[in-house]
Amino acid sequence: MSAVEKASRPRVAIVNFGMGNLFSVRQACLRAGLEPSITSKKAELLEADGVILPGVGAFGRAMETLREQGLVSVLKDLAAAGRPFMGICLGLQLLFDESIEFGRHEGMAIFAGQVVRLEPGIGPAGRPLKIPEIGWKPLRPPSGRGWDGSLLEGLPEGAHMYFVHSFHALAAKSESVLAITPFGDMNYCAAVQQGRLFACQFHPERSGPVGLKVYENFRKMILSGR
Amino acid sequence: MLTRRIIPCLDVRAGLVTKGVRFKDNLDVGDPAELARLYGEEGADELVFYDITASNEKRDIFVDVVRRVARTLFIPFTVGGGLRTLDDLRRVLLAGAEKVSIDSGAVRNPDLITAGARAFGSQCIMLSMQVLKVPVSARIPSGYEVYIDGGRLATGKDAVAWAQEGVERGAGELCINSIDGDGTRAGYDLDLTGRIAALVPVPVIASGGGGHPDHLVRLFKETASAAAILASILHTRDWRIPDIKRRLQQHAIPVRL
Repeated sequence: MSAVEKASRPRVAIVNFGMGNLFSVRQACLRAGLEPSITSKKAELLEADGVILPGVGAFGRAMETLREQGLVSVLKDLAAAGRPFMGICLGLQLLFDESIEFGRHEGMAIFAGQVVRLEPGIGPAGRPLKIPEIGWKPLRPPSGRGWDGSLLEGLPEGAHMYFVHSFHALAAKSESVLAITPFGDMNYCAAVQQGRLFACQFHPERSGPVGLKVYENFRKMILSGR
Repeated sequence: MLTRRIIPCLDVRAGLVTKGVRFKDNLDVGDPAELARLYGEEGADELVFYDITASNEKRDIFVDVVRRVARTLFIPFTVGGGLRTLDDLRRVLLAGAEKVSIDSGAVRNPDLITAGARAFGSQCIMLSMQVLKVPVSARIPSGYEVYIDGGRLATGKDAVAWAQEGVERGAGELCINSIDGDGTRAGYDLDLTGRIAALVPVPVIASGGGGHPDHLVRLFKETASAAAILASILHTRDWRIPDIKRRLQQHAIPVRL
């Protein structure tokens, strides 16, 4: 690999805290021209050009593991310093103040708000809403916000992404919300972005070409900041 | 709102996709990774791969197929067929599958559902069941009985009761395969699928009998099913996914286009 090629393949640390399958995240990074490493080492996180915090599973256990690994303050510092950062699914939820999944658990408090359960109910056409919510749903920007300059840049409004979850974030500050998606007669927060910190409830690595576009935008974000 | 999912099903034997009628008379139809790529490009919402290899020594070929698919496919896919232990589940999940489909292995050992959900999360445990219409009896009050081993062995279990037990044990999705419908292209069993979908809180996937876009229209209009499995009509190219999705859209059924 030449120096130029190497420089255009930014190194991304995928945080490994034992939650969920990191295979597809890694594959999506490779496809988007990123150089991924799956790691739980502080030094590797600090050296990487960007950080991805993925995850599937229980909030409380995830925070506990991150604390034991000594990674909570590292991740908070990186996000605060403007290191390109992408949280996915549980990795979005962990960035909020707290979750009420099986008790009350403190999160990283980078975004203000709470993580709450999706409430069963009746959806369109009288169909019951199924939980966990598994499948494809459209994204829209909240009114007054566009996607230019964000990790969703270039996606059509209504682009479908793949979701698998039973909990969602209630963002206390609406200006951090980048995209919403419908659930029954409400909308919930599907993605947030603040500067170079982005997080989404859906799985871009499982969402086909529009999902890969998010990874490509992440690469652009990294390269633009060098 | 969640879109209704179309899920092509690929039965894989000795590394090749095959398709049978009523679980018999299999014909080879192509390379799994190549078909997966094609269906992904055409708008499949998800894929299911079943390992129908009889012998254990060929298992490694299948795991290699899973790994190959995972490198090129960026939509969710489920893997099933012959999964009996937690280690079996772990092997295909680590090879890149999003979910596992457990079937005969779960009937023989229902704790596999519980242990799988605990180890990997309910969201990746799909309980699949092969169901045959039988006379209503005290043992089978719904008139639908669960079969195992490729639809060959009756279990004496009522399908509706087994569906409920599966969800209580932690299955995150149910896939209901009608043996009567398999490969016939005569339409899904709306009564069977509808009854189970109305009863359980998790998504239900209909399988067996999908032969025409109108079968999917009826399925999604008349039952609370979340998804439909298709195999032969896609493999033969009689119908393509975009045509089917457009038909659903004309009937105001939400789809991802």
